Amino acid sequence: MNTLILRTTSSFLFTLLLLLSVFLLFRGHNEPGGGFIGALVAVGAYALYALAHGLKAARKLLPLHPLRLVGWGLLVALLSALVALFLNKPLMTGVWFSLFGVKVGTPVIFDIGVYLTVFGALLSALFGLEETARTGGQEGG
Amino acid sequence: MSVLVLPLLVPLSTAVLCLVVAQPRVQRTLGLLGALALLASALALLLEVHRRGIQAVQIGNWPAPFGITFVADHLSALMVFASSVVALAVALYALAEPDPPRERLGYHPLSYFLLFGVNGAFLTGDIFNMYVWFEVLLLSSFVLMVLGNGRAQLAGGVKYFAVSLFSSVLFLVAVGLLYGSTGALNLADLATRVGELPLGLQNALAMLFLTAFGLKAAVFPFFFWLPASYPAPPVAISALFAGLLTKVGVYALLRVFTLLFTQDPAFTHGVILWVAGLTLLLGVLLALAQGELRRLLSFQLVSHIGYMLMGLGLLTPLALAGSVFYALNHMLVISALFLLAGLLDRLQGTSVLVRMGGLYRSHPGLALLFLLPAFSLAGLPPFSGFWAKFTLAAAGLEAGAYAIVGVALLVGLLTLLSMAMVFAEVFWKASPEGRSVPEGWGRLAVPVVLLAVLTLGIGLWAEPLMALSQQAARELLEPTPYIQAVLGVSR
Repeated sequence: MNTLILRTTSSFLFTLLLLLSVFLLFRGHNEPGGGFIGALVAVGAYALYALAHGLKAARKLLPLHPLRLVGWGLLVALLSALVALFLNKPLMTGVWFSLFGVKVGTPVIFDIGVYLTVFGALLSALFGLEETARTGGQEGG
Repeated sequence: MSVLVLPLLVPLSTAVLCLVVAQPRVQRTLGLLGALALLASALALLLEVHRRGIQAVQIGNWPAPFGITFVADHLSALMVFASSVVALAVALYALAEPDPPRERLGYHPLSYFLLFGVNGAFLTGDIFNMYVWFEVLLLSSFVLMVLGNGRAQLAGGVKYFAVSLFSSVLFLVAVGLLYGSTGALNLADLATRVGELPLGLQNALAMLFLTAFGLKAAVFPFFFWLPASYPAPPVAISALFAGLLTKVGVYALLRVFTLLFTQDPAFTHGVILWVAGLTLLLGVLLALAQGELRRLLSFQLVSHIGYMLMGLGLLTPLALAGSVFYALNHMLVISALFLLAGLLDRLQGTSVLVRMGGLYRSHPGLALLFLLPAFSLAGLPPFSGFWAKFTLAAAGLEAGAYAIVGVALLVGLLTLLSMAMVFAEVFWKASPEGRSVPEGWGRLAVPVVLLAVLTLGIGLWAEPLMALSQQAARELLEPTPYIQAVLGVSR
């Protein structure tokens, strides 16, 4: 889709949507939102950018392969689950501590892991679909 | 820190690290280290359970029956241990025959996610979580099944996917009905409540679970999908499937039909006994008719699931011990045979029996190596398969179930016949044409040797494993300690 309006607006809508996704991620701790929904919005931002500027440009906005993000996201979530073990509590027990005056809990860290995982998984699906469409489904994925 | 969660954390960490590093070379090392760590953690869990009794952990510190419970009794710990042995053997095979295209597509992380799901299913103490673990292992197995997009793989994958999805839906419906009628999902909590339901409802639920798990375990009349899909993926994948996936179904049946549905054994366990007999007979007869090695082994796999159900159907302490022992022994033996099938395929360039031959002359050591797991599968002494079948037959005679014992012994003979035919075709028969045998297959034999030595070792020194199996059977038949370990003594 090559319209001037979309190309112009998508550039700063992209930034706004990413900010919104981070807002949703942290809002999810007490109110509707969370890592999953935040990541969906972030992928939405990439999808919009890809529609306006093409997939290559959208890919350039991400410095690493989205599947690596899945790995990092899972690693973050896994580490947040392990914290409790070192305090002699059962796996995944919520642990809260204070970081520079901000109250941080392992559930928030877990949610950040979810955010990264969902973001990476859906983004690689998005890039993959576009690739299949270009090659006419000759080589899957 | 409880060792109970280690068999879950080790495969998960391995999978995640493999995803993060992404280089096949590093992933291979990580995979082997992960397999060794998994074996160590499974051994630690088994020792812990054996010394201190049934272990339970409430994940997130939410009390049972509301939170997520993990429980390890002897059955769970033994299954986790056997699956980690299989995982190590397969990891060694994957190391000896690297497959870079599939590794780039994620073979290593996926196989560890699969193990994560398998161990989760063995250790969970909650029927809905068991469904979730089934999904974890199924999703990984779907991708592994079609990894690399081979034509046969996609054809097999579609069947596998459709049947697995259908069985998952049935499972979920059964869980929903169970929750709707009892208000509980925790297995220990359910054990105290299912007995209060009307008998008709209990039996209906039992049959739903039998169908759902029967589809996964590939028993009569639901086994058709297994031989259609298992031979398709590369051997490092299908050996893992053959060793682990059907056993998860068997484990679920063992758990549900000793903990929940024990009110009307004349009906429920009677049905299981019929299913066992028909699975045994049809599986082995169809195996005798196969001309391709891995398809033949797939039907053998199906047939021998019947033995494990036979012990469950008889529902005596000795019979259940036989089932547990059989499941453990079968995991090692069938994985060894699948890995051997891959090795033979590599040597002969085909796994169609009529086009194979002449290996006895060129590789006598390999012929001997084939005979160890093959005889164990057929139940000849001094291999582990002998004690497994002996226990089941003795239990059957003790219970007066002469028909099923007759079937079991006949199937043992037919298995021997089938293995002898394979031996004659692959090893004794003259090679069809002058074919040069590729070198460098020795490293592929290492995991097979490991498994074959284990089956021989268990056969010669069966006492420890048999004692553990009997302890597992006692815990299955007397669920009070299990319930107490989960819900706390005060209730």
